[in-house]
Amino acid sequence: MARAAVLGRLNWLVGQLAEIRQETATARTLVLDVPGWTEHLPGQHVDIRLTAEDGYSTERSYSIASAPNGSRVELTVERLEDGEVSPYLTEVLSPGDPLELRGPIGGYFAWHPEDVSPVLLTGGGSGVAPLMAMARTRIASGSTAVMRLVYSTRSPATLLYAAEMQSLAARDGRLTADVIYTRAAPPGWSGPVGRLDAGRLKELAEPLGPGVQCFVCGPTGFVEGTANLLVGLGLGARQIRTERFGPSGGTS
Amino acid sequence: MSDNWTDGNSLGGPLREVFSVDITAATGRCSSCGTTGPLAEGRLFGPAPGLVLRCPHCGEPLLRMATGPGHAWLDLRGLAFIEVTTPG
Repeated sequence: MARAAVLGRLNWLVGQLAEIRQETATARTLVLDVPGWTEHLPGQHVDIRLTAEDGYSTERSYSIASAPNGSRVELTVERLEDGEVSPYLTEVLSPGDPLELRGPIGGYFAWHPEDVSPVLLTGGGSGVAPLMAMARTRIASGSTAVMRLVYSTRSPATLLYAAEMQSLAARDGRLTADVIYTRAAPPGWSGPVGRLDAGRLKELAEPLGPGVQCFVCGPTGFVEGTANLLVGLGLGARQIRTERFGPSGGTS
Repeated sequence: MSDNWTDGNSLGGPLREVFSVDITAATGRCSSCGTTGPLAEGRLFGPAPGLVLRCPHCGEPLLRMATGPGHAWLDLRGLAFIEVTTPG
């Protein structure tokens, strides 16, 4: 299934923006309709190409945030202050506008719904997007894999997918979501506030057992730190898959 | 060396313009230090003047890629081998 989908060279496609969902003050989800789209695996990404009138063009990679759904593809884009591409995607692009992209890309940072191993998803900032695709796919596919999403964000104001995060957290015990607030928590929050540390990660990872598969995504510093903590818990390098967005913390 | 790098994961798109399978999930061996692992775990620098994938262990180049209108150039000297899964 997935194997057939990766045959052939990848061509640029033209999608159309169908809908926008504002997630936070600086991030929004672009819902795209992409004719000719080949169904993706959660965790995969697309490359977006913007071309100026003078012919100058630039590319960026964005993780897919949605579960496979025909020709629909959702990307969550965080606006970077000095970004070259994200300001256009978050402030200018409007429903009905075309957008050039190629994908789905990447067979390494991808979760296969038929894999029944327990999964730990750890995301920092907008690094939660491909992990959300995995959680959404787990629900849509009827998978019974134990999956735990741990999402580190600065404050309630930067929390992506806020409503969905709550419903995930309240689900059955086999799919859970935990938010780590690093700077400020919502009113009435009884948990700790601060970076994900060894003690907290151990508490979250241990119930998943020694055979847990880990996906870590976010800014480089977050990914390095978290991967090191997981190795410190005794997990092997082959159990930990990482995707780093670079030092800026933006999506690529 | 600059710390402005991303994962080998992001080389997936450019390489899929050349290859029909995803090479970032393939296993490669560094010609310099012998470290073996998925190319997705390398460190990618670029895009100008070209993309350079470096070994996460020793920092030596594994793969270099430059593209121009209608052409791509690949320098794979830094890889002793790559192992790709095939159908069947």
